[in-house]
Amino acid sequence: MLQVISLLLENKAGALMRVTGLLSQRGYNIESLTVARTLDPEVSRMTIAVEVDSTLRQQVIKQMNKLINVLQATDLSESPSVFRELLLVRVRMPQETRAAVLKEAEIFGGRVVDSSTEGFAIEVTGAPEKLNEFVDVMRSYGEIDVTRSGVVAIGLEPKKLKLQAPVPTKAGAKAEETIH
Amino acid sequence: MSTSLMSGARMLLECLSREGVDCMFGYPGGVTLPFYDALYDHHIRHVLVRHEENAAFAAEGYARSTGKVGVCCATSGPGATNLTTGLVDAMMDSIPIVALTGQVSTKLIGSDAFQEADTFGITRSCTKHNYLVKHLEELPAIIHEAFYVAASGRPGPVLVDIPKDVFQAQGHYQHVSSIHLPGYKVFTEGHTGQVRRAVQLIKKSERPLVYAGGGIVAANAASELRQFVELIGAPAVTTLMGLGSLPSHHPNFISMPGMHGSYAANMAMSGADLLIALGVRFDDRVTGRLAAFAPHAKVIHVDIDPAEIGKNRAPDVPIVGDVKHVLGKLNEQLTDKAPADESLEAARRAWWHQIRTWKEEHPLQPVTSDTEIKPQHLMAEIDRLSNGQAIVASDVGQHQMWAAQLIRFNEPRLWLNSGGLGSMGFGLPAALGAQFARPDKLVFAICGDGGFQMSIPELATIASYGLPVKIIVMNNGYLGMVRQWQELFYNNRLSAVTLDCFPDVEKLAGAYGFKGRTVDKPWELASALEAAVKEPGPYLLNVKVSPLECVYPMVPAGGAINEMVLGPPQPVAG
Repeated sequence: MLQVISLLLENKAGALMRVTGLLSQRGYNIESLTVARTLDPEVSRMTIAVEVDSTLRQQVIKQMNKLINVLQATDLSESPSVFRELLLVRVRMPQETRAAVLKEAEIFGGRVVDSSTEGFAIEVTGAPEKLNEFVDVMRSYGEIDVTRSGVVAIGLEPKKLKLQAPVPTKAGAKAEETIH
Repeated sequence: MSTSLMSGARMLLECLSREGVDCMFGYPGGVTLPFYDALYDHHIRHVLVRHEENAAFAAEGYARSTGKVGVCCATSGPGATNLTTGLVDAMMDSIPIVALTGQVSTKLIGSDAFQEADTFGITRSCTKHNYLVKHLEELPAIIHEAFYVAASGRPGPVLVDIPKDVFQAQGHYQHVSSIHLPGYKVFTEGHTGQVRRAVQLIKKSERPLVYAGGGIVAANAASELRQFVELIGAPAVTTLMGLGSLPSHHPNFISMPGMHGSYAANMAMSGADLLIALGVRFDDRVTGRLAAFAPHAKVIHVDIDPAEIGKNRAPDVPIVGDVKHVLGKLNEQLTDKAPADESLEAARRAWWHQIRTWKEEHPLQPVTSDTEIKPQHLMAEIDRLSNGQAIVASDVGQHQMWAAQLIRFNEPRLWLNSGGLGSMGFGLPAALGAQFARPDKLVFAICGDGGFQMSIPELATIASYGLPVKIIVMNNGYLGMVRQWQELFYNNRLSAVTLDCFPDVEKLAGAYGFKGRTVDKPWELASALEAAVKEPGPYLLNVKVSPLECVYPMVPAGGAINEMVLGPPQPVAG
């Protein structure tokens, strides 16, 4: 089944490679992956959808958490959360169906971002399944090109981020007492 | 606090000094020239090996035999790629090593420069963590972090890739007072509630079995393990990686389980009603067919790595923590003797009786012959000379299994072997590293004739440093373990396993300036081994053993561990 993982990771060189490498190394198929900075520019939020056997879901999270640059890995598949995806579609259709296409876009809450004699470019956001339906509908009107962002997700339950305090080096200096 | 202006190379040595490094294994090259120049008049001892892979194995030998972080060093490109087998080996067996590699100058990275390789990318999956140092200012923090990450939690290899211009840049060593890795959680204390549940299970168990592994060695928890085993009075098996964590002569010790484990150990696993798994990972070579493994047992699983808990076998009581701490807590709670429960004590006595019966039915015992040297005979003789005290670094294959079955160890960190990765060519360089770490110890390198030939270059290192390593080649003229599988499972179609050319060891060792000898008569074996041990310097003993001997017991791949093949098929009478 599809597992959606929300990951907070340090913005360090190679951090993204560690995550994707881990997934391929352990044989998990990446369905989609998005990554961007959070409010803290040192930290990125990643949303990964992986195709994985349900018995392995815990293992994926544990392996992610072992990565030193990963601050938190959360399985959002079964906790209250919102999934959204952005879709851009370029649809080419005959003149007589333009109005109908616009109507469909409206139903899906889409927005026309480009219009030409050949057709439209439309932007839609929504739950991934909703976007699948929209793609099917557009396909019925003509030739389409689609780009999808991959799912982004946010958990609705507050989850405390537990960070590790600094550890004194062998030299024996006192650790700062900061716990974030 | 900062020091005078120094080069990056000098700063690296400053960091290594502060980490207590006294010895490192390496091989120089173009981009590490500045480092080797700084090393020229530095107190850290650099051991020049003859191949970078062996630098990593030697660092592992150093680490495995002491518990300290081993250090190896290689140049960019081929130097770094040659290290990778050793890195994966250390990863699989959770061995703390720090690998330092040179890289082409930062401005050349990505230009396919001479001897450039993407070491950072290549070693991502070979290491617990890795770094590419882009600026000199980062160097001290990264090096200290690298040592901390390598040694803490579940230990493992860490690689630091350092470009040539970083070695050459000038800067001040800034004292690093703390390491801040906000996402790196080291679990130490086990959960108190789970520990209490474990105690309850232990107190109720009729057929408990302790299943201890490399985690005990890594955590230096041998004395806690011994106390635990004695407190609960349970039989104990130790895995290939855990040999020595309970002394082999301990009355509760019933040897190694698994594919080539003893009959008693495997039957005990299958019969136990409680498995107390300590620092183990339920490896396939131990469990056999997982679905049939320890079918009657509840499982208490203690491990420092949360990802190991439930990975292969779902435990009834999971305890994430340092096994030394957890055993300490368990021992505290187990000291108060519960009032004797007659029926439970009777069940425990019956369990012990059963264990002894299994041990007597099919003991692991040396096979001998009047005409040829049996491999088991060789291991028994090494065992006699070691008397539980020598360091035995083994290569990979049949000899490794016979050595594990028949050589006894009084303490941990004496048995060094490539358990998880099974890297041929490990034994000799690991012995070399261990001998540097523990110069007073008798060190055996036990190799097959296959693995030995992967390690021949290091004879030069051994000779050049005058290391008194006793190299014992168990020579059966075959890649024996592969041959065994071809015999048993591929209709004896022996494909690419015949090693029909082997050097004259007397000449070979002689060419390096030390003694070598071949022995093939069983009555000469003991004295030949004694002479090797008495020799103050290195010694190469080539022992010709019966070529077609197979390792038994054996659990065929995919079999349940209580379905062992105990010996060669018997000829049908008539």
